[in-house]
Amino acid sequence: MQRWRPTACEEDRVKTRAFCRTIMYNSPCRKLTGLVGVSILQSLENAAQARLCSSNLVQLCRSSSSKWITFQHCNFLKRQYVTKTTEGCQRAKPKQEALTAPLVDRHPHLQDETVIRQVQQISAIDQHPSSVQSSKETLTQDTEGASSEEDPSTAQETRQWKEIKVMLGDLPGIYARLSKIRLTALVVMTASAGYAMAPVPFDPSCFLLASLGTGLASCAANSINQYFEVPFDSNMNRTKNRPLVRGQISPLHAVSFAAACAVPGITLLALTVNPLTGALGALNLFLYTCCYTPLKRLSITNTWVGAVVGAIPPVMGWTAATGSLDVGALLLGGILYSWQFPHFNALSWNLREDYSRGGYRMMSVTHPALCRRVALRHSLALIGLSALAPALDVTSWTFPLISLPINLYISYLGYSFYRDADRSSARKLFFCSLWHLPMLLLLMLTCKKSRVDEEDKSMAHS
Amino acid sequence: MSRSGFAATLSRLLLQNRHGSRVLNHVGSLTAPRPFCSESDPRSRGRIKQALSGVSSFTPPANSSHDWVGPPDRMSNLRPIKYHIPEYESPLESRLRKLRQETEDWNHQFWTNQNISFSKEKEGFIYSCLKEKGLELRDEDGRKRTLSADEMAEFYKEFLNKNYQKHSVYNKEWYMRNFTITFLMGRVALLKTWRKLGWRQQDPKLK
Repeated sequence: MQRWRPTACEEDRVKTRAFCRTIMYNSPCRKLTGLVGVSILQSLENAAQARLCSSNLVQLCRSSSSKWITFQHCNFLKRQYVTKTTEGCQRAKPKQEALTAPLVDRHPHLQDETVIRQVQQISAIDQHPSSVQSSKETLTQDTEGASSEEDPSTAQETRQWKEIKVMLGDLPGIYARLSKIRLTALVVMTASAGYAMAPVPFDPSCFLLASLGTGLASCAANSINQYFEVPFDSNMNRTKNRPLVRGQISPLHAVSFAAACAVPGITLLALTVNPLTGALGALNLFLYTCCYTPLKRLSITNTWVGAVVGAIPPVMGWTAATGSLDVGALLLGGILYSWQFPHFNALSWNLREDYSRGGYRMMSVTHPALCRRVALRHSLALIGLSALAPALDVTSWTFPLISLPINLYISYLGYSFYRDADRSSARKLFFCSLWHLPMLLLLMLTCKKSRVDEEDKSMAHS
Repeated sequence: MSRSGFAATLSRLLLQNRHGSRVLNHVGSLTAPRPFCSESDPRSRGRIKQALSGVSSFTPPANSSHDWVGPPDRMSNLRPIKYHIPEYESPLESRLRKLRQETEDWNHQFWTNQNISFSKEKEGFIYSCLKEKGLELRDEDGRKRTLSADEMAEFYKEFLNKNYQKHSVYNKEWYMRNFTITFLMGRVALLKTWRKLGWRQQDPKLK
């Protein structure tokens, strides 16, 4: 039974939705883009839905044979209705596709057999009746040997099967998705913040090398993660459009890409920045690929390991600047570590069905009370860690004061998530975490302890 | 994992050569009539029939020398692949292709079972919960009743814990197969490169 493949306008809608979903649900995907994505998602979807309904109906009338149209037509209308009522629920429905065109779904195995027999018997394609031709354009094209032309009305059938041939033009997009480029960008952002917060003169070349090395290591880690998780990703709505799941590249290709990123990345860090940063990068890569990824399916401790993985990049940024593991680095790491919990626990709260079916052991499924407690605990910890920053000479005393509003807000949302434990409080906490982190890092940068003041003091003493 | 264990599993994987069709061993029990699917019966029976038959109807064009990947299977959500068999297929390439096909079938079987049992048990859980409350499966408007997220959470937790052992075994097997396939793909790639270089070296000699 062949699953429906989208038409041209549906492709837009699916792409938009996938794009917005990636923004909203990519963990730990942060912020402003997420909010923007949410706001435009609804409007785009509404517009796309209207176009989609009309185009579907037109296609249905045009290409189906007469005996199909009554059954198909009813199902089409039913699906539209059912889809619309469930659209707002956000439930992950693995088998039911939203707004699917009903053209080829219903009894494809029967029509496939018919078409195969006919194709094998008759060599000239144009002798086929129009119903067969419209239903399996792929096969007619196969026997002709032409694969480039597509009849618009049968575009979705021809798109069902794709040749696994990597075109050079597709590679950047594929690599971007393989390396989870947005997540990588955010990781590099936290590493850069770590570098910028270090109390040493700013060296642009070292900064760029450290960022590049961290980015390459992150690309490698994400690629290996996707390589390990192909069948699981296929079964979750959030992840089913990844390159390996879609078969756009082979596993060997993905591993080669990961190696091609990891080796230069770690070498760059170790040789051009300093060995400590290189070692931290290698450790992070190992933790993510060999500890976090397998643990996701074995034990809930994966969340804590994942939080450490998220905490290491700013530490790397700091060590890149100073060359040593100072308390300031550990504080920054601590802030990122604590942030991961409200972020991830809130995200995972609404994905419980997918996690249960896919076999992922997450706190939100197995220990829901613990999940909420930990989220609240760590949102409160952010206030404490922000207060610790000036005590460790990382920032001035204005930092805890100006960061108090946002820290209190996320703690309040953490508390309402703890108390209410429903979808909306989880979503609010998740979306808050998306803008909370960059805001906090920005405030920290503005309150960075000035080295000029310190030098003046030391000179005055001497 | 011990070396002998790995070698034993590897030899098992490579000797168990199955052909292209998918044979689902454990799906037989599903033919027992049970209203586990929320959609209309003909459609659900059609899906089970398709899953049981397991044969994909697509045939790649004769002039294509690449593999073809299809749309996600409705039951397992995994995409089937039609492997290209080259004219002069070496034993190594044949081993790789058969291993990949077998892994695909095995994955398809596992996830089909998983998804079907999840659906079935979920329906059963909803039915029993509603029965306890004294409610019918459908409300006054004919729409299906759903339980709240908290009530469903009980089911999700139970299902996940019940399947822990099964997932654990599956994970180990999947990781091993994945590594083996990738390793063989690497060897095949090297072999092909060697062949190409070998041919290029011979051509000037022929001239």
